[in-house]
Amino acid sequence: MTTMRDYHSRLSDPGSRKFGTFSYLPPMSAQGLRKQVEYLLAQGWSPAIEHTEPEHTTGSYWYMWKLPMFGETSAENVLAEAEACHKANPRDHVRLVGYDKLRQTQGAALVVHRGKAA
Amino acid sequence: MKPAAKAYSAGVKEYRHTYWEPHYDVKDTDLLACFKITPQPGVDREEAAAAVAAESSTGTWTTVWTDLLTDLDHYKGRAYRIEDVPGDDTCFYAFIAYPIDLFEEGSVVNVFTSLVGNVFGFKAIRALRLEDVRFPIAYVMTCGGPPNGIQVERDKMDKYGRPLLGCTIKPKLGLSAKNYGRAVYECLRGGLDFTKDDENVNSQPFMRWRDRFGFVAEAIRKAEAETGERKGHYLNVTAPTPEEMYKRAEFAKELGMPIIMHDFLTGGFCANTGLANWCRDNGMLLHIHRAMHAVIDRDRHHGIHFRVLTKALRLSGGDHLHTGTVVGKLEGDRQSTLGWIDLLRNRFIKEDRSRGIFFDQDWGAMPGAFAVASGGIHVWHMPALLAIFGDDAVFQFGGGTLGHPWGNAAGAAANRVALEACVEARNAGRQVEKEGKEILTAAARSSPELKVAMETWKEIKFEFDVVDKLDVAHA
Repeated sequence: MTTMRDYHSRLSDPGSRKFGTFSYLPPMSAQGLRKQVEYLLAQGWSPAIEHTEPEHTTGSYWYMWKLPMFGETSAENVLAEAEACHKANPRDHVRLVGYDKLRQTQGAALVVHRGKAA
Repeated sequence: MKPAAKAYSAGVKEYRHTYWEPHYDVKDTDLLACFKITPQPGVDREEAAAAVAAESSTGTWTTVWTDLLTDLDHYKGRAYRIEDVPGDDTCFYAFIAYPIDLFEEGSVVNVFTSLVGNVFGFKAIRALRLEDVRFPIAYVMTCGGPPNGIQVERDKMDKYGRPLLGCTIKPKLGLSAKNYGRAVYECLRGGLDFTKDDENVNSQPFMRWRDRFGFVAEAIRKAEAETGERKGHYLNVTAPTPEEMYKRAEFAKELGMPIIMHDFLTGGFCANTGLANWCRDNGMLLHIHRAMHAVIDRDRHHGIHFRVLTKALRLSGGDHLHTGTVVGKLEGDRQSTLGWIDLLRNRFIKEDRSRGIFFDQDWGAMPGAFAVASGGIHVWHMPALLAIFGDDAVFQFGGGTLGHPWGNAAGAAANRVALEACVEARNAGRQVEKEGKEILTAAARSSPELKVAMETWKEIKFEFDVVDKLDVAHA
C-alpha cells in the first residue's frame, strides 16, 4: 500500500479553487476538448462562451462573450471563439456552456482555459 | 323517458354484478390501477377482481339502502380487464378504473387510503399487490410535486453536465456534533457536492439536531470558500411531530442551508406533502429517504410496488429520491429500476412491460426529481452507474468515501476524479461500462487518491440474486 498522503487544499492557495465539471481532471488535450465540443453540438445544444477573473468564480453569472452561438454546427468555430475570448482576456477562466433549450438547463459547462489567479 | 328507479333488495350479492365491467370504456380522467391478485382457492378471477374494485371504492359486503340515494354507477370503481401474470399461475393482474371524483384534490394521503386501505386485509384474497397506478393529468395538476425540480436544483447548486456526488456520514449513530461536522467538511473539501444525514439521524441524546445543524453549516461554508464550489448537506428534519419538523426546517433556512431531508414513508405522506409545500415557499431543496419501503415493496405477491411509491413521492413532493443502485448491496433489478427512474424524472413515460410499466403516465408541467443511487457502491461501480443513471442522478458513496485509507477528502477526490473521467469518456463516444477499467486506470495516473481507492475496493462484489424480479415467462 502507498504511504498515506495529506490532502492539499487551502483557503490561502488559489490553486485549491475548482470550477465545476472536469476541474478535477488535468487540462484536456486539444483533441480531447474537440470531442467534448462535438458531443455538445451532437446533442443539439447551443454553445456559448463565458469568462471571469479567477478571483470571482462563484457567482451564477460570468461575463458572456458576445452571444450564444445559436445554430452553430462547427466544432472548429466554437473552439476559435473560445480562443478569441482567451486572447482578449488572457488572465481569465474561459468556460464553454451548452444551452439545452428543450430541458431549460445547461447540458454542459466546462472550463476550457484555466486562468491564473494573481 | 328516464328508466324507473331500482327497487331496494337487501342481502349479499356477487361483486361481479356491479363491479366487473369488461366492456367499460376507460376515461382520460379515470385513475387506473393494476393489482396483482392471488385469490383464495375457489374464488374465480372476475369475482376476485370485482371484489377488489368494490372494496377499494364504494362497496361494502352487503347491499345498504343508502346505495340507492346516490348514483353508484358514477362513483364506483370497476374492474375492466384481467390478464395472466407471465410465469406465475397462482395470481393474475386486474385492471381497475376509478372515477376522479373519488379522490380529494392534491391528496396522496386520500388516494392511498382508498387504493391500499381495507382491501389489503380482505379475506377473499390471499395476497394483493398494487403494481402500478395511472394518475390522470387532471389529478396530477392538483398536486404540488417536487418543490424545485432537477433544472432548478442544477441552477441553484451550479452543477452541470454530470451526475452529482454525495456521501452519507458514518458511523450513522454515535458521533458528537463537532466530530460529525468534521466528517462533513472533509468530504466536501475533497470534491463532493453533498453529504447526508443518515435516515435514523434525527435528534438523539449524543447529538441534538441544533448542534448538528450548526457545525454542519460551518463545515459547508469553509468547504465552499476553499473549493469555490457550492456545497450542501441533507439536514434531516424528520421528527416526531410536524411542529418539530418545521422548527428544524426553519433553523436550516436561518443558517442559509440549501437543502433539507425527509423520510417520506416513516414520516408519512401528510408530513411529506406539507414539508414539500414549505420547501417550495422557502426556496429549499428537499432530499427524500425511503426507510420502510422494502417492507412494503419487496414481496412479489403482496404490498405496493416501488414504482407506485415513486409516483406517490413525485406527487407529494421531493427533489431527490433513493431508487436503488442496481449494482450495490441493496435490492434492484436493472430493467425495473430504469422504469421507475424514468417515472421519477421524465415528463411522459409510455407503457413498457419490459420495464414493468403498465400505463402511459403524463406528468404535464410537474418537475422531475433526481434519482439517488446509494448503498455499497465505490469507484469501480462508477462506469456502470453513469451508464445506468445518466446525468440526472446523485451517486452516494458512504463507505466508498469514508473508507478510503487516506481519509474522507482523499476518498471524495477519488470519486470526483472517477466520475469526471467517466463523463469525459462517455461524451467522447466511448462505451464506459465496457471500457470502465481502462478509463479509471488512465485517470488514476494523475490522481494518487483514485489509484489507492481502486486498490482498496478491487475485490468487493455484490452478486446476490434479486428477490423481486419482473414477471416474465419461464424460459
